[in-house]
Amino acid sequence: MTIPVECYFVLSALLFFIGVFGFVTRRNLIAMLISIELVLNAVDINFAAFNRLLYPGSMEGMFMTLFSIGVSAAESAVAIAIIINVYRNFRSDSVDSIKNMKW
Amino acid sequence: MANMIMFCILAVVILGSAVMCVTTTRIMRAATFMLFVLFGVAGLYFLLDYTYLGAAQISVYAGGVTMIYVFAIQLVSKRTLQGLTERMKGSRVLWGGLLCLIGCATVILVLLKNKFIYTADAVADVEVPMKNIGQALVGAGRYEYVLAFEFISLFLLACIIGGLVVSRKEEEK
Repeated sequence: MTIPVECYFVLSALLFFIGVFGFVTRRNLIAMLISIELVLNAVDINFAAFNRLLYPGSMEGMFMTLFSIGVSAAESAVAIAIIINVYRNFRSDSVDSIKNMKW
Repeated sequence: MANMIMFCILAVVILGSAVMCVTTTRIMRAATFMLFVLFGVAGLYFLLDYTYLGAAQISVYAGGVTMIYVFAIQLVSKRTLQGLTERMKGSRVLWGGLLCLIGCATVILVLLKNKFIYTADAVADVEVPMKNIGQALVGAGRYEYVLAFEFISLFLLACIIGGLVVSRKEEEK
């Protein structure tokens, strides 16, 4: 028995908006980055589920997910480097401390 | 039936860990809960019979990215670890929760009201053979991905160099 495709949709939508909620409410840079990872994972679930359940003969969604995993790993590495630099200069890891580039 | 039970367990693990991840005020706990979310998503890939994808998810995300986060937390926020955590503002939580509820309802409605989900066919769960994946990954023909593969390797190299340059300690002048 296969799982209906709606279950994957609902799960990934909920995960996406939990991530968005974290991104809106948290003010710590690393916590915001973790929320972004949740959002990316939700999108990846959708790609894989679409590919498997709607177009099982092809592999586009699977490769999209694969490249998305690689890109998000690179993105988090650069973001962590920036956060470490920000902490070194501002002695704080909250977004409210970085206001120079706001305007 | 077994698939459905597995899916329910994974969904509960993913959603529960994600909620804990965004609501806990300690960053280290947030990173740990994110690890559970990543394992749950890898379990979903195994459930969809994308074993290669699940292995990549575990090795890259759960093995690599989480390790970067833990190191960064240890380097950056000693104060945050020791209980002096950020305060959550009530009004921001309220507005954020409202926004997310509206957005979530809209997205789920759009996804469920669409016609294309009726084209989902009950396909026999067969694993994609590894040979096909490898040939599609480095082939240059139609529906093959050597250009994207090359591009992402260059991109990773650029990101490594960029990360090193950004986080390098400036020497005293």
